[in-house]
Amino acid sequence: MTEKIKNITIALAGNPNSGKTTVFNSLTGMRQHVGNYPGVTVEKKEGLCHHKDFVLNIVDLPGTYSLTAYSAEEIVARNFIVEEKPDVVVDVIDSANIERNLYLAVQLMEMEAPIVLAFNMSDVAKNKGLIFDIEMLSSLFGLPIVQTIGNKDQGINELLEATVKTAQDKQRCSNLRIKYGKEIEDELEKLQQQLQTEKDLLKKFNSRWIAVKLLEQDEEILKQVKDTKVLDAAQDSINHLREIFGEEPEIIIADRRYGFISGACQEAVKNTIETRHNRSDMIDAVVTHRVFGLPIFVALMYIVFDLTFRIGKWPMGWLEGLFGFLSRYISGFWPTGQESLIKSLIVDGILGGVGGVVIFLPNILLLFMAIAVLEGTGYMARAAFVTDRIMHKIGLHGKSFIPMLIGFGCTVPAIMACRILENRRNRITTILVLPLFSCGARITIYALFIPAFFALKWRGAVMLLIYFIGIVLAVIAAKILRLTLLRGETVPFVMELPPYRMPTFKAILIHMWERGWLYLKKAGTVILVISVILWFAGNFPRSAVEQEEEDISQKQILEYSITGRLSGFLEPAFKPLGFDKRIVTALIGAMAAKEVFVAQMGITYAISEHEDVSVLREKLRADYTPLQAFCIMLFCLISAPCVATVAVTRAETGRIGWAIFQWAGLTALAYVVTLVVYQLGMYLS
Amino acid sequence: MKSKEEISLRKVSSGTLVMLLKIDAGQGLKVRLAAMGLLPGVQFTVINNGHPGPFVIDLKGNRMVLGKGMADKMLVKPISKND
Repeated sequence: MTEKIKNITIALAGNPNSGKTTVFNSLTGMRQHVGNYPGVTVEKKEGLCHHKDFVLNIVDLPGTYSLTAYSAEEIVARNFIVEEKPDVVVDVIDSANIERNLYLAVQLMEMEAPIVLAFNMSDVAKNKGLIFDIEMLSSLFGLPIVQTIGNKDQGINELLEATVKTAQDKQRCSNLRIKYGKEIEDELEKLQQQLQTEKDLLKKFNSRWIAVKLLEQDEEILKQVKDTKVLDAAQDSINHLREIFGEEPEIIIADRRYGFISGACQEAVKNTIETRHNRSDMIDAVVTHRVFGLPIFVALMYIVFDLTFRIGKWPMGWLEGLFGFLSRYISGFWPTGQESLIKSLIVDGILGGVGGVVIFLPNILLLFMAIAVLEGTGYMARAAFVTDRIMHKIGLHGKSFIPMLIGFGCTVPAIMACRILENRRNRITTILVLPLFSCGARITIYALFIPAFFALKWRGAVMLLIYFIGIVLAVIAAKILRLTLLRGETVPFVMELPPYRMPTFKAILIHMWERGWLYLKKAGTVILVISVILWFAGNFPRSAVEQEEEDISQKQILEYSITGRLSGFLEPAFKPLGFDKRIVTALIGAMAAKEVFVAQMGITYAISEHEDVSVLREKLRADYTPLQAFCIMLFCLISAPCVATVAVTRAETGRIGWAIFQWAGLTALAYVVTLVVYQLGMYLS
Repeated sequence: MKSKEEISLRKVSSGTLVMLLKIDAGQGLKVRLAAMGLLPGVQFTVINNGHPGPFVIDLKGNRMVLGKGMADKMLVKPISKND
């Protein structure tokens, strides 16, 4: 070899809760970046690591228990191994739980991937009284095994050493084959004979693996088989085996794999402590208690929520100050009276747009810090269980409760929080209904209208009614979506309860950093572009007359602009809802951000920035009825989520279609609901 | 033939060691459970049978929580600890 630096690609595989992320963090530090696997919404994390003369590119595969074709995560993990052919697959094993964790290792072996096993959390296993004969296990499986403690950076060097060694080894795959018993082996052999014609498949996989997958009725593989004779033969074999065992071959195969693992562990693992004393059980008795569980959860969520928005207020204030300073500073380049369009573009369009993006960052960082703590300690698994009883009724998973709660603060981080939901249908349903949870920005609208139209004693009730309508609509919409577009079995609840742990500071920091960066990259750019477009629509075209006039008001510009004209055009459609042109103009502005509604109303009434909001309330009272005011608030609650929401929905669902569907669906729903309320109100009065 | 001892997991009281006999579910769910180690023939202890609180089992030292619907679908045979 002449080249000095060699590149090695490593795939990191492992069960959920195996401490895979801590090993990944330990290997790569902050040198990671997050993306998605092409075409699916499964997260892909990559990072670099240097070891001696090698540069290791480490790809974190999704955490899975198995490599079947039943979930997107498992297909992604397995396709990566087949198609990208990583030099080594490091399988992270939870040492305290090795039998189940080795199940994945056995499947990786069957794929003939070069594997190194990392027996992680070996300290926890030791405390539980487990003693491993590593040498024996290593020879039984034919694989190198390294003991690690990911969150303490222990064993990482040895792991790298073993990995690099395996990567250079010619004979790097284990030659161990699980024996499935005579009946199954006979069928496997028959199928392997039949497979000779499947040249394309054989290029990618070994024939034994394909045969096993055929018996498991693996949909991904069945799709790729060209010869119907092969499919027929597979079906015959399955029927034959089903008759012999009275069970699906797939289950029998799983059983044999576990049998092999059990046998190996009986020889090489000793348990020196009989009963598992359990602090985790004691905590669980309290936090998952039928009566106390829910109040404890609500209290914790309140803290998360409060922390996100209360502490978030400070950095948000600083950011606002900074952007205010920047816009004043840039405005200073133009002498008074000679403000050009370029100034308006830079200050109102671009700076306003960037400010609109960055302003959410403190909330997102704080929120994900809290989520990292809840997930890291193991509480999240319990929380999902506690809320499952309620959420199950509307066809969602218990964990959906968390983004919904966050949605009352801001829909943008709430949608990002949906990543904690593993099931795709659950995730998309939750994302779609999230804008119905009235966010903080909409409070500015309520705060303008409620005091203007309702007596003091009714104000709280009206506000509560608005929130309540949103929640009820969300529940109904979620239920309908789950019964129609996003139908699917509500996954019966089975989940691991990982023991409680103390999360490391580093892990929390990395998690925050990842989320923040992802938000800026994915959503930020879209929000910026749309903000500039909306600025343009609100400022152009300009009439020739106005160009010469000294003091053209914002009001006149707006009326003459695309937004103004569009409002005029749309006005007839909104008449039955009790809206006039001013309201429509403000609603178009609110598409950028809900709080823009109030600013736009101010402009249409030609209220100068120095005047108090009570002046605007006076004018509103003169022009509208309480019923109209209520309808405006109702429409703002339900309709058209803001651009930031649209952008995040697109990014998180992976498809622009869902974002459009959400936007259009909610707007249509808003129209119908408001129409009914307004017309009914008119009829009754 | 249905054995007398064959009962729904839901009815098993806390602290009992049981053997899983059958899961009354679709192929997809059965395989998912199999991957998590819940296969016919496997033994586990019921830590908490769900009243009050969640249905928690101990499967080879690993805590798992099951929904009540899930516990209904599992047929088990209680095993006396003295065997």
